[in-house]
Amino acid sequence: MFSDAEAIEQDKTGVQPPPGGSHVRPDRTVNFSVDRSIMSPRGEKDVDWAQIIALVRDKRDKQAFHALFVHFAPRVKAFLLRSGADASLAEECAQDVMATLWQKAHLFDPSRASAATWIFTIARNRKIDALRKIRRPEPEDLTWGPEAEPDQADALSLQQESEKLGEAISGLPEKQKELIEKAYFGNLSHSEIAEATGLPLGTIKSRIRLALDRLRHAMK
Amino acid sequence: MTVTIKHHLSDALLMAYSAGTLPEAFSLTVATHISMCDECRARLGAYDTVGGVLMDEGEFAEMSADSFEATLARIDTGHSVAPPKPVANGGIFPAPLQDYVGGDLDAVNWRPLGMGVKQAILETDSDATARLLFIPAGVAVPDHGHAGTELTLVLKGAFSDDHDRFARGDVEIANESVDHAPVADIGEDCICLAATDARLRFNSWLPRIAQPFLRI
Repeated sequence: MFSDAEAIEQDKTGVQPPPGGSHVRPDRTVNFSVDRSIMSPRGEKDVDWAQIIALVRDKRDKQAFHALFVHFAPRVKAFLLRSGADASLAEECAQDVMATLWQKAHLFDPSRASAATWIFTIARNRKIDALRKIRRPEPEDLTWGPEAEPDQADALSLQQESEKLGEAISGLPEKQKELIEKAYFGNLSHSEIAEATGLPLGTIKSRIRLALDRLRHAMK
Repeated sequence: MTVTIKHHLSDALLMAYSAGTLPEAFSLTVATHISMCDECRARLGAYDTVGGVLMDEGEFAEMSADSFEATLARIDTGHSVAPPKPVANGGIFPAPLQDYVGGDLDAVNWRPLGMGVKQAILETDSDATARLLFIPAGVAVPDHGHAGTELTLVLKGAFSDDHDRFARGDVEIANESVDHAPVADIGEDCICLAATDARLRFNSWLPRIAQPFLRI
């Protein structure tokens, strides 16, 4: 897991432009050459995206940002298309979401959200703004102050629980999975959504709760 | 800002809020409750994780050829579309509610409803209505049923109905099957945020006549 993050950090001299990187202007190719193991669909499963967001946050690492872009932008775009955006709006919003990732990387808390979760929330908010054209009231923000940081072990457990939840969702009966996808991508009313609940969320909730308790303690 | 909360949001509301499909008035009530309730904040985090999994393992759509450059250009020009998140400031109203009121309790533009009861309608999209309710200590809100769903979040004081008591941070979820006459606690005025996706049905004639004028 860790080695991928290290790889992009160290592989600055770059050998080859990334696959599918033909759109990268020649004058920038050197900066964006990325370890192939990160780019290959097979290797992606093992990438620690939280570490890569940390590179964007701490080092403003454009190579790390490119890796995030290649993986997540097409998924964000598909999410927006499935939510009813046309192709050009989905493209524009996906770019906005990725730009927001760069700008707000310091707000990412790996003890409370996986990279995919955090990016989903940015995409979801952009969707409400661009498609539904209404305001999105957000809860008060809770962030780590400059002197305290999320616990590494908490972050690791959270990532593992997120992966387990992913496996649990993959293992659901097709009908239930469809209903959940409809709830998130389509437009089930909240009373229809009641039928889609009942997911095994107890463990991940407890993890997040623990991280929140630590954060509250640090805020005092 | 956390308090001891007994009555929480339902899974359906949290999932719909996570999916981004709730009417604005309901989202406001959910966001305000979560600002006071770490338990529901963690449950929302779990539903956001579901959204992240679905997005990550779902389909992908190819980005246009110059998309990475275009995104860097957006960053370079400081283009930002994500609004800053509200931050706690120690008022009676949590920050998301203050955004809609334009300040804390003293900024509310109350309209009298009679019996000392007051309301202030907050501006949201028309799929549902959000209002602040002021119920003087010991006063009962007229007996009413609901055509749709009503969320009532207590911000100050407490009220009781036939079934239970609701204090600061508690949220009551009422639907078609609930007919109730909430009564504010005797010791303190009660202030609530209420969201409804249909008009309330009052069971006595006077409020029913008043309804079209008062937008209850």
